[in-house]
Amino acid sequence: MTSGLESNAKPIEPLLRVRGLGQQYIQRRAFSRTKFCVGAFEDVDLTLFSGQTLALVGESGAGKSSLARCMALLERPSAGTMELEGENLLTLDRKSLFRIRRRIQMIFQDPASALNPGLPACEIIAEPLAIQGEGTRLQRRERARQLMEQVGLDVRWERKLPFEFSGGQRQRLAIARALALRPSVLILDEVLSNLDAPNQDLILKLLAELQSSHALAYLHISHDLRLVSQFADEVAVMYQGKIIEQKRTRELFASPSHFYTQQLLASVRSVESILLERSA
Amino acid sequence: MPTLLAVANLNVRYRCPDASEQVAVGGASFEIGSGEVLGLMGESGCGKTSIALALPGLLSKEQARVTGSVQFLGKELLTMEPGALRAIRGAGIAMVFQEPGMALSPVMRAIDQVAEVIHAHTDLKWDECCAGAQRALSRVGLPNTQRILSAYPHQLSGGQLQRVALAQALACKPALLIADEPTASLDARSQNELLALLRELQRESGISILLISHSPEVQARLADRLMVMDKGRIVEQGAFADLYRNPSDTCTKAMLRTSAHANAAANFDFEMVT
Repeated sequence: MTSGLESNAKPIEPLLRVRGLGQQYIQRRAFSRTKFCVGAFEDVDLTLFSGQTLALVGESGAGKSSLARCMALLERPSAGTMELEGENLLTLDRKSLFRIRRRIQMIFQDPASALNPGLPACEIIAEPLAIQGEGTRLQRRERARQLMEQVGLDVRWERKLPFEFSGGQRQRLAIARALALRPSVLILDEVLSNLDAPNQDLILKLLAELQSSHALAYLHISHDLRLVSQFADEVAVMYQGKIIEQKRTRELFASPSHFYTQQLLASVRSVESILLERSA
Repeated sequence: MPTLLAVANLNVRYRCPDASEQVAVGGASFEIGSGEVLGLMGESGCGKTSIALALPGLLSKEQARVTGSVQFLGKELLTMEPGALRAIRGAGIAMVFQEPGMALSPVMRAIDQVAEVIHAHTDLKWDECCAGAQRALSRVGLPNTQRILSAYPHQLSGGQLQRVALAQALACKPALLIADEPTASLDARSQNELLALLRELQRESGISILLISHSPEVQARLADRLMVMDKGRIVEQGAFADLYRNPSDTCTKAMLRTSAHANAAANFDFEMVT
């Protein structure tokens, strides 16, 4: 997935750019009127480019998923600006947001709760198309079948319900649904963590192919640094709600400057070294 | 090593709406020694989770037909009375599942979720159960603050939820822990912490673990022995290091990334970083 920046001399226009983004959640104690704020993240600057992958790594609870939800327009951030190809997204009305949403799609960490348990596979995939009013019922179904094939699901399973699929297969289903509207930005929230090694490689390969053929921009949240080193062009490290470090992948792995990043990288171990330590 | 759990010729067949049956697990036989960590790997959909559910009798009769034999401390679990089985679940055999968000009750505070398990299996007063729950929560590395203790699941992150689920599982000091992808939703550092913690708890209390994980690094850290499944059948079983160094089945090779992945990951030498 390494294309663009280094080889191309002319600067590439940013596709999605966020500046000073912040989000606070308001919580209320049960049976009481006292409200208090919990800051999820603050002052986040990120830029996504077509055909490039930005990986976001960080501790559980650092605010990665909240940031992803804001960038996918599922939540309104409490501070900052968001621009898609120069268009400010946070001042748009509902109608225009509806038009923009198809361009930014998100795939969630937990496919079991992201899929409607009462719909068969093909309808789950075709639902975004139906919502956006694309094609006839038959065309949508045909597209759903194509997408199932693309993500490595047997087309004969199109009438199966989500519970009949395994965890990994469900994640493929969610990926197929996200691709249905041909988005330009995909926000991937831990999409590989439920898959086994061969499937991870397969999905990564698929994501890479799609990225180069559709010039997709990825914001890929992952905690598997081994995989991040393979797929990311750039890595942003999040710690306690802030981006503490953002560098090209190779630079980050070679010279992490923040203490937390150093700790994070030090915790990645190969099977060989673990076995050596255990036998000692 | 005395045997804790002996599984012989376990078959799990799911009932389909059209009265046919789908075989999820076929003729699985294995043993878990007391204090042993048995790793289980396999492609998604190969029946790992079906085994995890079938062992403690979590598959309903309407949903699936489970045959064979599962002996836990000499008692047959598959033909056991529902009441007796309930006493074993949670206290003798505990479970941690892949998606903590679905395993926890959305309307209970973290501390109550854990205290409830203790309350169900002991005669302690509720206050004592809560104190026990607090200890269990701090043992799994959750900060002992009011915000965490009194938080509902939707107010916690995925990693924190998984710790609550683990605290719940370990609260009654079970003899066997079935962990189905316990670290899949944790970041690298918390993952290491959790694995180190599991290792430590396992050494201290001599608990046995059936560890389901697709990550070779996770298995390497914990598993003494490894079992590889393909399409519902166990294709290979043996000491982890042996299987890693000389895998004989193609499925094992793919799961452990013994060839292809090693080259891909060699782009960055992680050991050089520190």
